[in-house]
Amino acid sequence: MTTEQLAKNIRCHALRMTSRGQSSHIASVFSMTDLLAVLYGEILNVDPQLPSWDGRDRFILSKGHAGAGIYAALAERGFFPKERLETHYQDGSNLCGHVTTKGIPGVDFSTGSLGHGLSVATGMAYGAKLDGKTHRVFALLSDGECDEGSNWEAILFASHAKLDNLMVLVDYNKIQSLASVAETLALEPFAQKWKSFGWSVHEIDGHDHHDILTTCRRLPFETNKPSCIIAHTVKGKGVSFMENTVLWHYRSAQGEEYKKALEELERT
Amino acid sequence: MRNAFIKKLSLLAEKDPRIFLITGDLGFGVLEEFARCSPRQYLNVGVAEQNMTGIATGLALEGRIVYTYSIGNFPTLRCLEQLRNDACYHGANVNVVSIGGGFSYGALGFSHHATEDLSILRSLPGMTVMAPCDTWEVEEATSALSQKSGVGYLRLDKSSAPLKPKEGEVFHIGKSRCVREGNDLTFVVAGGILEEVLKASELLKAEGIEARILSMHTIKPLDTEALFEAVRTSEGIVTVEEHTIEGGLGGAVAESCLEAGVVPRFFYRFGLRQGFSSLIGSQAYMRRLYGLDAEAIAKRVKELVSERDAQKIHRLERFPNAQENF
Repeated sequence: MTTEQLAKNIRCHALRMTSRGQSSHIASVFSMTDLLAVLYGEILNVDPQLPSWDGRDRFILSKGHAGAGIYAALAERGFFPKERLETHYQDGSNLCGHVTTKGIPGVDFSTGSLGHGLSVATGMAYGAKLDGKTHRVFALLSDGECDEGSNWEAILFASHAKLDNLMVLVDYNKIQSLASVAETLALEPFAQKWKSFGWSVHEIDGHDHHDILTTCRRLPFETNKPSCIIAHTVKGKGVSFMENTVLWHYRSAQGEEYKKALEELERT
Repeated sequence: MRNAFIKKLSLLAEKDPRIFLITGDLGFGVLEEFARCSPRQYLNVGVAEQNMTGIATGLALEGRIVYTYSIGNFPTLRCLEQLRNDACYHGANVNVVSIGGGFSYGALGFSHHATEDLSILRSLPGMTVMAPCDTWEVEEATSALSQKSGVGYLRLDKSSAPLKPKEGEVFHIGKSRCVREGNDLTFVVAGGILEEVLKASELLKAEGIEARILSMHTIKPLDTEALFEAVRTSEGIVTVEEHTIEGGLGGAVAESCLEAGVVPRFFYRFGLRQGFSSLIGSQAYMRRLYGLDAEAIAKRVKELVSERDAQKIHRLERFPNAQENF
């Protein structure tokens, strides 16, 4: 399966899951879907048959509100049956609106409150370094999440400790909960901030699979430095009426909207 | 207590490479030796408790037994959500060590008064909560926590009860330690403030009141077996903690007893009943200020016992034929 096909499947699953569950954050899933598809399709060294294999790359989705996306990606990669996705956001299910490790093979860490994933990933990377292990630790953050001060504690530490086995991707979709990032709490000059904290940074088009793949294949960008990929993305990418809106951070597609969204995704 | 802790942890670290100590930039004059002897098992993450707890969780999930170290409320309340979501939810082997329990840093002001930690941390699922009373218990708790999976909290304070372990005494998490025998009442105590309770018991002895003392070094899980035995075999239960009376040791004891229907003949919680303290002073001064010193404890207990006796007499006068069953 190509990463483009994988991305399409993830988007369709996530749309169905959030519509059935009437849950939020579909636009946050769509903005990072291409990143996830390339990571799970080509980059991450993981084995669905051995989800806790010690030599695997670790992946933490720190923007836990986009949990539907990682569940879809894991099901597509065969970590668990796709039928389980139907239980997302349903009574009695494990597949919660955010991310949990409990009962879900392939999830390395549970998130939901923003600003937690990077510190834990940093601890995992630090431990791997001490033990001379060669696997990598990835964390995917949202842009709004970078408001959280705890991230900057980890960003300081990771470069101090020269963790070149730590890879961060930021889904920079420019929209957060109530308004744009620029209006809410400006991050620019964003790449410069990471650089000045001692990280090696590349900016990419977060929907261009070739760009994502070639950049990720160059990881780590430098020895003795943690790597950061700032992925410029479009919130709600893939469904015209969801793109670049605050509304679809919360709204779930129902009825005609759902049909229209699915049609658009299937056409791609 | 902190010296006993670090001495023990150093020994553990020499034997077990999984032991790992992280400090939030505190421990001057305490941690240097550990850092020198076990440099690959030591990390100062800077003044960043949220990151400290996240890193601790990451290291623990990858196989290490991590101790985080700081003072007062910093390694607990400052990063409470990291403790809840990261460490506790994942059952990570993270043990939080806070020096400066209660009024250990009384003169540094309200920010350094650690007086709500027990009740707050006790409510976190999967958290073991410990407040040892002397250096032996500190050493034993440090070691026991390394053997136990999941998250632990070790509350250390500056004071320490002048006790010696009995010959062959064995320490278990969740098993209290009887450090004084007596049947007129049982003190249930957590932390170094047990030193005041020992003195108070001698003052009470002079009044003809014999107090039992249980060092309840583990607040969660609570040793209900010893507690219920104390309710059955002594006249009353009195809890003592350098902590708010709300939800800590006293709260835990009250909850357990009432729910089990094992109700002491009298019950009192020594602890902090006022809000924040804007007054400052040494640990000894602060205890006197809030009625937690030996004299104040003995005085109040004497009143409790005489109130209890008066009630007994009152009841017997009203119901001379009734069985004494309360």
